[in-house]
Amino acid sequence: MALLKATKLSKVFGGLRAVSNFEIDIAPGQLVGLIGPNGAGKTTAFNLLTGVYEPTTGEIEFDGKNVVGLKPYQITQLGIARTFQNIRLFADLSVLDNVKIAYHFHVKYGLLASFLRTSSYHKEEAEIEEKAVRFLEIFKLADKKDKIAKNLPYGEQRRLEIARALAAQPKLLLLDEPAAGMNPQETQQLMEMIRWIKKEFNLTILLIEHDMSLVMGVCERIYVLDYGTIIAQGTPLEIKSNPRVIEAYLGEEV
Amino acid sequence: MRAKTKTDIAGLVACILVYAAIQGLILTEFIGPFWQLNIILIGINIILAVSLNLINGFTGQFSIGHAGFMAVGAYVSAVLTVKLQLPFLAAIVGGALGAGALGFAIGLPTLRLRGDYLAIATLGLGEIIRICILNIQYVGGASGFMGIPRYTDFTWVFALVVFTVFVIKNFIDSTHGRACISIRENEIAAEAMGVDTTKYKVLAFTIGAAFAGVAGSLFAHYFYIAHPASFTFMRSFDILTMVVLGGLGSITGSITGAVLLTFVSATLASYPEWRMIIYSVVLIILMIYRPQGLLGNKELSLKLLGRLTGGKKHGSA
Amino acid sequence: MDSSSLVVQLGQQLINGISLGSIYALIALGYTMVYGIIRLINFAHGDIYMVGAYAGFFATSVLKLSFIPALLFSMAAAGMLGIIIERIAYRPLRNAPKIAILITAIGVSLLIEYTTMLLVSPQPRTFPAIFTADIYHIAGLVINSQQVLILVVSLLLMISLTYVVHQTKMGKAMRAVSFDTDASRLMGINVDRVISFTFGIGSALAAAAGVLVGIYYNSIDPLMGIMPGLKAFVAAVIGGIGNIPGAMLGGTILGVIEALVSGFWSSTFRDAVAFGILIVILLLRPAGLLGKNIREKV
Repeated sequence: MALLKATKLSKVFGGLRAVSNFEIDIAPGQLVGLIGPNGAGKTTAFNLLTGVYEPTTGEIEFDGKNVVGLKPYQITQLGIARTFQNIRLFADLSVLDNVKIAYHFHVKYGLLASFLRTSSYHKEEAEIEEKAVRFLEIFKLADKKDKIAKNLPYGEQRRLEIARALAAQPKLLLLDEPAAGMNPQETQQLMEMIRWIKKEFNLTILLIEHDMSLVMGVCERIYVLDYGTIIAQGTPLEIKSNPRVIEAYLGEEV
Repeated sequence: MRAKTKTDIAGLVACILVYAAIQGLILTEFIGPFWQLNIILIGINIILAVSLNLINGFTGQFSIGHAGFMAVGAYVSAVLTVKLQLPFLAAIVGGALGAGALGFAIGLPTLRLRGDYLAIATLGLGEIIRICILNIQYVGGASGFMGIPRYTDFTWVFALVVFTVFVIKNFIDSTHGRACISIRENEIAAEAMGVDTTKYKVLAFTIGAAFAGVAGSLFAHYFYIAHPASFTFMRSFDILTMVVLGGLGSITGSITGAVLLTFVSATLASYPEWRMIIYSVVLIILMIYRPQGLLGNKELSLKLLGRLTGGKKHGSA
Repeated sequence: MDSSSLVVQLGQQLINGISLGSIYALIALGYTMVYGIIRLINFAHGDIYMVGAYAGFFATSVLKLSFIPALLFSMAAAGMLGIIIERIAYRPLRNAPKIAILITAIGVSLLIEYTTMLLVSPQPRTFPAIFTADIYHIAGLVINSQQVLILVVSLLLMISLTYVVHQTKMGKAMRAVSFDTDASRLMGINVDRVISFTFGIGSALAAAAGVLVGIYYNSIDPLMGIMPGLKAFVAAVIGGIGNIPGAMLGGTILGVIEALVSGFWSSTFRDAVAFGILIVILLLRPAGLLGKNIREKV
């Protein structure tokens, strides 16, 4: 059964059809890419899948549940996490605090416990701290846990954003241009990290990317979007030689 | 946890000492009536500033109608003591609940507005509350609500200041507080991390409003009278100034701001126009050269008190 | 009330409303232009209107100027004040967080109010009668010649503004900067100069409103700008903040609604109604009647 399934999805803004007849089917454990020229509607698709936008028409099913109309935080709580095209860290908070937020919706202690600082508050806070630090260790950011997020070098900020998303324990991870602004060496490291997190956290991943070496290198299947519709889908090899895709990119190196 | 209990006890002892010292000075008349009044005002302003900071500083919502909630607290508590003969504590709780309920009712629809629009909406709502009170004859209308017994004294004020700071600080240091702070930092990212942003914005707003109601109750029961003219936009702006001066996102900052500005107001009380001119010039200069205020979003910690610089930064519990 | 006198009452309030609305429109234009160009709610704008009234007072009672020279004097004085304020208080905060600049604006507002109080005393002053009120009776309606003056002057000013905005180079630059500041800069537009100009024009219009109000209501005081300022802002929001025809429309609508509420219901709730309309518009149609919705990019 598909983990994520979108059918006949479309989004119209006033006069602009940002996305139309978008259909996607991702089985658990797959690593799928979503590519297309700039302005094709890829981030809009992500926003539809995560509840940021409500679709004009169409259905989205995640893990057997219909998620259209749910708010973004509810979709996250169901098991979809994402990163953003322009990094959206909590810039003035510490690295550790950025990760701690991911545990928020799993916390059991309520308001009264916070006001009175009961033992359940202390216990869970200690757990959160421990889990967060351990998580940062996995991503090799633990030594920087008290640094302010905006002061990290760019590559580490991206890593932190991914770590934060994963701390929310999702089943499906959406990565929006994770390699943006990276040099070939960093992109290579990112590729290895993506393969590693998929295995380590038993994830299904959907990623938007412009860097073709990354896409071809890690994705098992690729969807190609142009002017808001899917124009092709298949394995990297199939996509490479698809004339419609080549035409859409107008001679870009694929 | 052991360390935390130690600091808790230290804090408690410090509070008792401060209370005893000031109360002693009051009882022996070392502190005259003018300064007694101002100490009460400082306490009330601390409660107002810290509660507003929860909304504006920690949750990043632009609320400039806080005086409206103060007014609701004042009037509801006055009705409970004067018309219903209830004890002071019940009146304070009633005032807090009334203000909190209104905060909830207002917050729910308006908190989807952002930035400037939210500011103007809260300004307008504060004014609407005041004008409505002005037209309710049951509570005195334009003449004000007179004959309120003076139940407020330093002990009440001190106790409630400690209570307010205790509750709000603990809220901030919990996962719920972190949720609010994440909304301030990046609302869309917070939502993407599973935080119900609407719930927390309304929650912060409601708690802030409730404490403003507490302050209003104390205010009404000190000055024998509650009048709509005490709860205009100028009052909201005064509170906002204290918060911004102290630093949005710093509780000790709000306390500092409240103390400083009440002090300045008291000293310049005989020159109202000069007070406002100095106030506004200081504000403009502050915004241009140090918009983060005195403490930014850091807290004064006992260890570094001597150096007057920030200590523990909020969020790293 | 029988139907014919109801119609007369209605008509009367409409006339009052349109006069009041023209004043709101003139002030609202300043708010909307400044917001359109730098996204700032200029809290001090209502006080510029007050300064305009006082400048007009000075021009007529001390300089003994007649109506039109006094009006021009006042508009020039306020225009300069607006430009100076922008230069000193707002320009340094161009890239500061929103709350900082809003607080600064409130600070400037207080500074203007209380400095005026210190200089000319908080007592209201009586505006010299440079334009006597002739009363006309038409079809049972009472029309004051001063109301006609307000309407005529407002219309002339609004038409001039529309001409400037659409037919002059500076007007084009204003529209460009409010659309996309960075692109305008890249096109060689001196953005600072355009912003100054916008403040100048907006302030001049507010001053004109101040003078007209001085003539009509006869009395001016240092705090007279607070309420009209807030209400003109509501008017700008109704029409769509950032939208110039919107300000004119919003001003007229608010003026008429206020007159009708005052005349037919209660004058004490009049102010609350204005704020109530503000809340309703912000909740239901924040872009206003003529404005466009701007989405945040995710």
